[in-house]
Amino acid sequence: MFNQFDVLETIDMIEKEHLDIRTITMGISLLPCIAGTAEETAQKAYDLVCRRAENLVKTAKELSGEYGIPIVNKRVSVTPVSLLCAAFPEKATRVGRALDAAAKTLGIDFLGGYSALVHKSMADYEKTFIHTIPEVLATTERLCASVNVGSTRSGINMDAVSLMGEIFKETAQKTAENDGIGCAKLVVFCNAVEDNPFMAGAFHGVGESHAAINVGISGPGVVWHVLKSIPDADMLETAETIKRTAFKITRAGQLIAREAAKRLNAEFGIVDLSLAPTPARGDSVAHILEELGISTVGGHGTTAALAMLNDAVKKGGVMASSRVGGLSGAFIPVSEDIGMIEAAEKGVLCLDKLEAMTSVCSVGLDMIAIPGDTPASTVSAIIADEAAIGMINNKTTAVRIIPAPGKEVGDSVNFGGLLGRAPVMPVHDTDSSKFIGRGGSIPAPIHSFKN
Amino acid sequence: MRAVVTVTGKDRKGIIAEVSAFLANKGVNVEDISQTILGEYFAMIMLVDVSEATADIATLAREGEEMGKKIGMSIRLQHEDIFNAMHRI
Repeated sequence: MFNQFDVLETIDMIEKEHLDIRTITMGISLLPCIAGTAEETAQKAYDLVCRRAENLVKTAKELSGEYGIPIVNKRVSVTPVSLLCAAFPEKATRVGRALDAAAKTLGIDFLGGYSALVHKSMADYEKTFIHTIPEVLATTERLCASVNVGSTRSGINMDAVSLMGEIFKETAQKTAENDGIGCAKLVVFCNAVEDNPFMAGAFHGVGESHAAINVGISGPGVVWHVLKSIPDADMLETAETIKRTAFKITRAGQLIAREAAKRLNAEFGIVDLSLAPTPARGDSVAHILEELGISTVGGHGTTAALAMLNDAVKKGGVMASSRVGGLSGAFIPVSEDIGMIEAAEKGVLCLDKLEAMTSVCSVGLDMIAIPGDTPASTVSAIIADEAAIGMINNKTTAVRIIPAPGKEVGDSVNFGGLLGRAPVMPVHDTDSSKFIGRGGSIPAPIHSFKN
Repeated sequence: MRAVVTVTGKDRKGIIAEVSAFLANKGVNVEDISQTILGEYFAMIMLVDVSEATADIATLAREGEEMGKKIGMSIRLQHEDIFNAMHRI
């Protein structure tokens, strides 16, 4: 028989503390869909995604009913589309629209993988493909795009960094009537991972199987509640408590991932141990940091608190799952976390502090709105800084930034739902155009040569 | 296949009888019960076998939830593995 306390603890986590499975993401290899023309490739991709993920939504609903744990999002990630379209990159949008249609048919909210991997250099077909991103994001609803511009092994492709500054600006312009929402579906990575279940940066790497189930768990609310029960604990005890909580949360994720993979005839990929916030009150990573004793997130001590949190989550999670991957850590998306939104509105949380925070936690500058008149070269320079943190620290970093058209500091953008709302944050008005205009690449760091 | 039934709410007479009758009616066999009262708060956990039940776990869970609303209690039925996963190594 189960311990009564344990059973009630699980139920409280689910019912009062927002414990949920944030996403079940099915990674699907579209390499078999490459055909002679864009039209044929698009049709094959649509058919394959619809066939493989046919029962994704249904299965998630069944699992949620059986185990009594909410499964919030059902998603699909696919092979980077630039690879499918190498022979006809100018027509890649056709494949993008077919994938968006597949997402609608399946009833899923996002499909990721309109992606290019250009961390070392950019082939002509990839450059042409990247230029299609603003158009495809403006004319689709559920498609997500990402570009990997650097890695610890290869350095940073500064030509790609420069181009992506322009692509963010163009994407924002093309979706100006919705505050530049296209940029919320576009991520630039350094050290992108091939099994990430979280959007907008999910894609299915070429080293992956025909179909894999990757599960992203969530539980900032659970960690927040448990910390409230030990207000006077020292940091070591706090870390231990977070670790034990992360273990339990991850075990739930592992169970759902294994069972989903079995029922959907796919490989069990990974469990992503991330603490992913939502705009709901009580589901915030910022509030965990504030519970630790920082009066407002972004204040001094935030980076240290986040470093401890991120590490404790990983330690508990690694023990709990046989296969851990994805981004695994604490997410700090400004618009998707009520505590971050409030701290940014107060002016305490600024871009520079967020950048420091990204050096100790998973991912990077995420869902940040900046003034619409920010030059493309400044956006590129922000990307370059973030990529450098990833490259040197052997970790994934990302930038998902919205140069909100027509908006300035003091305004805010509102995307609704999970994407939330964000105050427009100030950027330095210094000029980085000469630095970005140099082009070329930043060489791989010395510690990347491990062979 | 086993599931865990959790019944919580304000204590009153006849809760166990009503819940047991409901489960028997659905072909669910009760294997173990643990129950406590904390102040006015009633909490019962039952380990049940659902292999001969009239419906699958998700359906039983839905029916249990509805039944709970009728008697003013919160009733949940979940596959036992969620608790195995989270609380046993």
